Amino acid sequence: MVKINGDELNIAGKTVADYLATTSYDPKRIAVERNGEIVPKAQYRVTVLKDGDSVEIVSFVGGG
Amino acid sequence: MWEVADLIPTKDEWNKALCARHGEDVQKNFSSATVAICGLGGLGSNIAVSLARAGIGKLILIDFDRVDITNLHRQQYKADQIGMYKTEALTENLREITPYISLEIHTERITEENAKTLLIDADIICEAFDSAEAKAMLTEIVLAEMKGKYFVAASGMAGLYDANRIKTRKITSRFYLCGDEESDVSDGIGLVSSRVMVCAAHQAHTVLRILAKQL
Repeated sequence: MVKINGDELNIAGKTVADYLATTSYDPKRIAVERNGEIVPKAQYRVTVLKDGDSVEIVSFVGGG
Repeated sequence: MWEVADLIPTKDEWNKALCARHGEDVQKNFSSATVAICGLGGLGSNIAVSLARAGIGKLILIDFDRVDITNLHRQQYKADQIGMYKTEALTENLREITPYISLEIHTERITEENAKTLLIDADIICEAFDSAEAKAMLTEIVLAEMKGKYFVAASGMAGLYDANRIKTRKITSRFYLCGDEESDVSDGIGLVSSRVMVCAAHQAHTVLRILAKQL
């Protein structure tokens, strides 16, 4: 299982890009952190999620 | 005849007053810190005022834009500063508040190409942009390519919703996010001074807590 923003999901073996494609996140507005490290956008397609990974997706909204 | 400048305390008097408030150890951490503020709008101009008052040693202020009449309802500029670069207007205002602060200004847009060069000397970087895409861009650059820096970002402070929904959340050991993470500027009435100031205060307070080793 992979924990994404607190939810346990059965997506081990998928890449970050695979997972994001199943969501409504706008890739230009997010930051993805996996096990305490940021995953750069260029690495989404080659970063394979592993059993036990903990992922946090921060989705920014505008305003400042 | 006396001059107004004669009434301004000396640097030594200033430091003593800050030490009396914060304690010498904490104040030493504040006055030896360099904090970068990326974007000088509603968040950035308010963060800058808070940090300058707290006695942060040096601020790096970065913004490409000029003061506009539509900024004055929430940003720390004055009517007679409309048309000035925000970097220069804020420098004037901060110098009036706290004359001994060290300021480095960059009147340019922060991009993927120049971010690392502009931010290299900062201990802590505050993200205070308007656009969600720019927020995400800077987050990635700082956290992936500038390891060792602390990063304090903001997301979600628009509207007249409950101010208590604005929180500070620790994402990683060096990444803090302030805001309600929901209220987008493009929904509803846009940004309101008090709620933007709450979020800016969360960011400034996080900076001070990092420097005081409370986080």
